[in-house]
Amino acid sequence: MRYAILLLGAPYSHQASHSALRFAQALLARGHALEAVFFYHDGVHNAARLAAPPQDERHLVDDWVALHNEHGTSLEVCIAAALRRGLLDEREAARHGKAGHSVEAPFELTGLGQLIDLGQRCDRLITFAP
Amino acid sequence: MTAHGSSDLLVILRHGPQGSSLLRDGLDAALVAAAFGQRVSLLFMGEGVMALVDDQQSDPLGQKGTLATIDMLSMYDIETILVEQAALEHVGLAPSDLMLPVSLLSGSILSSLPASHRVVLTF
Repeated sequence: MRYAILLLGAPYSHQASHSALRFAQALLARGHALEAVFFYHDGVHNAARLAAPPQDERHLVDDWVALHNEHGTSLEVCIAAALRRGLLDEREAARHGKAGHSVEAPFELTGLGQLIDLGQRCDRLITFAP
Repeated sequence: MTAHGSSDLLVILRHGPQGSSLLRDGLDAALVAAAFGQRVSLLFMGEGVMALVDDQQSDPLGQKGTLATIDMLSMYDIETILVEQAALEHVGLAPSDLMLPVSLLSGSILSSLPASHRVVLTF
């Protein structure tokens, strides 16, 4: 089956991100496909390039990137939710006159239309919320 | 109730207008889906029913609130507004306290609703 995940919970604050990641790894291990993870609401913090958790904790951002590299899962971040929380890629940082950027590939800033499209294209769209 | 099963997307809203932005984010997703031509039903459950109370202020909180968005639903052809009856009763409200006409749901009709939609988003 073709799956997509909608993640609404902030990393490390709520169980949602850990659960979503474990669910993603489990479905891939069972031979299903994971088309995309859509980060929305506080879930956009999962795309923070500068995240530096303690070494003995799971590095959620790196784990999402590994999912993309190994399985081609796209990592789509709601641009409106991201910008108001200080998550900007290089292009948006330049557009808003900011000195640095906090989001980089393979995470992509995109619109809510992508989420609706995933709902139509995939067999299952699973929400993980705080 | 068969008409509700004919929409493409069910958006379940379980959070009130204050305290978190989950309600606003859920409504935004519903509007975008409707703008993309999908038939959308909204189901207000739990604290989410507070979103429908008329004449709410939001300015003192420094937030935009969701009243204007609820007002726009009909412009986006989102006409199926479903409300968990028990949640409304729990906060002592009646349908006449709400800003737009709703259908009250309970029991097996409520619990079978998600299964009758191809896509369900829960906020």
